[in-house]
Amino acid sequence: MKTNLNFRRVAVIGAGLTLFRRRMLETPQELAWEASKAALDEAGLDLKDIDCVVIGSAPDAFDGVHMKGEYLAHAGGVKKMVSRVFVGGATGVMVPISAWYHVASGLCEKVLAIAEEKMSPARPHPQSVFKYIWDPITEKPLNPNLIWIFAMEMHRYMHVNKISKEEIALVSVKNKRNALNNPYAQAAANLTVDDILNSEVLVWPVQRLDTSPVSDGAAAMVITSEDVARRHTDTPVWIEGVGWALDNTEWIQRDLYYPRYLEYAARMAYRMAGIENPFKEIDVIEPYDPFDYKELHHIEGLMIAKRGDAPKLLKEGVFDIDGDIPSSPSGGLLGVGNPIAAAGLMKTISIYWQLKGTAGKMQVKKPVHTGLAQAWGDLMQASTVVVMRN
Amino acid sequence: MNGTPLKEEDLKKIHIIKYKPDAKYSYTAGQAYSKFLAGLKEKKIIGRKCNKCGRVYVPPRMYCDDCFKPTDEWIEVKDEGIVETAVASYISWTRERLEKPEIVGVIRLFPSRDNDWVFPGIFHRICVDLEQVKDMSVFGKKVKAVWNEERIGSVNDIECFKVVE
Ligand SMILES: [Zn+2]
Repeated sequence: MKTNLNFRRVAVIGAGLTLFRRRMLETPQELAWEASKAALDEAGLDLKDIDCVVIGSAPDAFDGVHMKGEYLAHAGGVKKMVSRVFVGGATGVMVPISAWYHVASGLCEKVLAIAEEKMSPARPHPQSVFKYIWDPITEKPLNPNLIWIFAMEMHRYMHVNKISKEEIALVSVKNKRNALNNPYAQAAANLTVDDILNSEVLVWPVQRLDTSPVSDGAAAMVITSEDVARRHTDTPVWIEGVGWALDNTEWIQRDLYYPRYLEYAARMAYRMAGIENPFKEIDVIEPYDPFDYKELHHIEGLMIAKRGDAPKLLKEGVFDIDGDIPSSPSGGLLGVGNPIAAAGLMKTISIYWQLKGTAGKMQVKKPVHTGLAQAWGDLMQASTVVVMRN
Repeated sequence: MNGTPLKEEDLKKIHIIKYKPDAKYSYTAGQAYSKFLAGLKEKKIIGRKCNKCGRVYVPPRMYCDDCFKPTDEWIEVKDEGIVETAVASYISWTRERLEKPEIVGVIRLFPSRDNDWVFPGIFHRICVDLEQVKDMSVFGKKVKAVWNEERIGSVNDIECFKVVE
């Protein structure tokens, strides 16, 4: 049953992506401009038609430019209402959520939602920039690497649910294979489980092919009111549910095997969209997959699989491109790349194109009516969910 | 244009700007962390307890997230606990390759119960064999802090946590 909230209907009518690559020649502004231009072209709108702009980007340190919201506003936001949202890795899906409430509230008719990230300028490696996310007093003195926390979460998830590395590696195999169909992808490949298990060990149990690459890229969407959408397209895709939630920053003090914050976010989005049984009612999903275990973790947090059951469903083919609930048909972050905020918006765009039927070689085999995109970030504590229908 | 990535050889031709920002910080530990750090100097792990929900915060906090009220009392927890998770890092914090992997993890400190979702916890080095991390046999093991002789009031006053059973 849908909740009786009093807001306007909101549609997506255009989207654009740049290539996702390491060391892009274009500047962050140029990347953001390119994605915005493509989104406006698909929507059939000009920049002058846009009322408000929402910009998403992860910490400024990656691009090496401070105040990146204002900096990226040059890709469409000059002389307009602009806001920047940032919830770590969850930012990419917070961007369409923020654009949604700009329109749903009645404040704006036409919103341009932009996400950009350029990870590769940081030398010698963006890993060193991540040091500043840790608690300066209780954590930083141990010289942690960002991958430490994800390895700790992955190992806890494996231990509690008795899941093997082989079962988890299947996510990487699936997503990198799906990415072969994606013209924007950076890390598409036909790999085997053995290839993943033989790759460089970073922080056991995380190996190099369990992770997404360092990437540069941008994504953009045009999000409008129902009236505007009906005037500009015969195939609008509706944003029917949004949800976001945060858990405590003291990740040390909570059990890491299950993403509780995601369950809260998902429940909010499902209630809004009138979804009672996500496994039966959702046709295609793009859960956030910066690491292969994370896709499984998220499928459980989204309540599409019971706790500890996602690997079994994966092995049965449920999440394959021709399965019952195709998961990451775009290729995900593992296959397409991970320019953080842009990657989350890329996932939302993937679902939009699936529901519009314009996903090209990425289009899933079965007819789809309800799709979901999700992102996750900060100290393993933030999640954002969007449910869309055609 | 749709994106034009640089190749490895292009990278040799570019100018790299090296700049070390003069960014030094004097962090405020606050009441809770100050007491925590002072406790470490005396081989004690200090937390704060909320008497309303019973939650023990280690590292300590002056207010309870859940009850949204001040925590009520200082409490000393044991320097012993159970390994919740452990990993072996083959890379440094700048992603350089390490010769000997570093083993770190999370320890659920006592008093706490096996099925607590939130618990007093500490993130630290665990001195254990690599094999016990790989086969996960270190999970659930009881460990105890190995304190350094010289202590300055830092999390590094603990050398690591060692298996005691
Ligand atoms: Zn409390």
